[in-house]
Amino acid sequence: MRLVVRAAEVLGAERLIPITQAHVDSCLYHGEATIDFVERLIEGGAQVGVPTTLNVGALDLLHPELWRGDPAVAERGRLLMGHYRSLGCQPTYTCAPYQLPSSRPSLGEQVAWAESNAIVFCNSVIGARTERYGDFADIACAIAGRVPDAGLHRTAARRAVLVLRLAPDIPAALMDDGSLYPVLGIVLGRRAGSRVAVIEGLPPGVAEERLKAIGASAASSGAVAMFHAVGSTPEAPTLAAALQGGEPEEVAEIGLTELRGARDELTTRAGGAPTGTPIGAVSLGTPHASLVELRAIERELGGARPARGVELLVSTARSLLAEAEEEGLARRLRGLGVELLVDTCTYIAPVLRSSPLPVMTDSGKWAFYAPGNIGVEVVFGSLRECVRSAVEGRVWRDASVWGSA
Amino acid sequence: MRGTVLAGGVADGPALRLDEPLSLWGGVDPGSGEIIDARHPQRGTSVSGRVLVMASVRGSSSSSSILAEMVRAGCAPAAILLGEADLILSVGAAVADELYGIRVPIVQLPSAELATIPDGAAVMVGERGEVNVR
Repeated sequence: MRLVVRAAEVLGAERLIPITQAHVDSCLYHGEATIDFVERLIEGGAQVGVPTTLNVGALDLLHPELWRGDPAVAERGRLLMGHYRSLGCQPTYTCAPYQLPSSRPSLGEQVAWAESNAIVFCNSVIGARTERYGDFADIACAIAGRVPDAGLHRTAARRAVLVLRLAPDIPAALMDDGSLYPVLGIVLGRRAGSRVAVIEGLPPGVAEERLKAIGASAASSGAVAMFHAVGSTPEAPTLAAALQGGEPEEVAEIGLTELRGARDELTTRAGGAPTGTPIGAVSLGTPHASLVELRAIERELGGARPARGVELLVSTARSLLAEAEEEGLARRLRGLGVELLVDTCTYIAPVLRSSPLPVMTDSGKWAFYAPGNIGVEVVFGSLRECVRSAVEGRVWRDASVWGSA
Repeated sequence: MRGTVLAGGVADGPALRLDEPLSLWGGVDPGSGEIIDARHPQRGTSVSGRVLVMASVRGSSSSSSILAEMVRAGCAPAAILLGEADLILSVGAAVADELYGIRVPIVQLPSAELATIPDGAAVMVGERGEVNVR
């Protein structure tokens, strides 16, 4: 409770309001401080006061044999994950709790979510309300069942103050390609910082997976906790609605040149990664893959297997894996040589085989963090490019999408 | 200068102006304090013992844990001066204080004042948010 009150002071709130649920990120091991903290809570007899889901942990508890790192670290990671269960949290271990039907809040619901991509999704795509909670504050709110009445919990703060207009030079083929969305998110994060922006010019009814990709990138390159997309997100049926009838602080245009620049930055390999560049692995499912995405991976594989020596790893939630097992999808993917990882992510847990070759991903967030976290070179591409490249063992590019530059 | 206290404490150290925002998680090695973000212009620089000057924040909600772990490991910044309020770092500092009795003051200053602090200058941070640059 002291932490919640501290949070209220930082946010300038005058009172606390009740929440219906929480999503806790503190269960990921970052060293002994994370264990010291939760053990203090356990000693105090704390239990969560609202239904609480858990974010990813340090390792895949269902497939521990995939761990290639120090076993002692795995044990500490496992201990921390268990400690949060003992506080009454549900062992969901996913960074995409919004993909679990049982824990998805409704429009306008007040919640306390941590995990930067989940925060953005919650506010933007669902229209439920959370501030940008981090570790420790998340579990503190879950135990108290209350949050400061401030920031994005209040309607006024959800108003867009920055309008980002997509320029007419963005080709229709690119609008229709998955690779646009994580790249657009990178630009959004850079442009917006921590401000709420509204994107104008996307086709109406953008798919959830694409909005998820925008949010995950924007929360990596910036401190974005909410964005609007006119015609796609619930608080932006129109531009005027996103602006809540007010005037924006700033209006800017995003053109093809800026997008291409952001796309190129996501690839860290010196000289870029043209067609034919050898790769060692492909990592998909950051944030955790939905069933729609798992099915898309199977479709793109078209019965082919990754090339010899190339790993194709997909991270997802354990409950979605269970559904994929039920419909036979998981068995078929594994039969083709796809490795399915749950409870964690390939840039957190040491699961990738050691290789000097770059790793390809369709995730802006993965491209942002993996080089620092696990010391790999990254090649960015669409899901289709990633899967085809895995099969060929070298980068394959769909030149029709981004044009020649 | 005097700013808003986001986490209390007294500290002094050489300023480290960040050219770009930094996410502590994925951006700093919590065992050494070194910047590991591959895209950050100051990659390889250590934040340990420095007064971090950061105009804006970005990135992961795990940064609270990373700050607390850096305090435990003895490689945390001496203080953090921010251009905007940040709950994630403030809570990390509050928890580190509670667990280890070591305080990393965090003070929010107006951007224009923050911009006047030169890189490397000796900075003293006081209990009430006073920031003195020598």
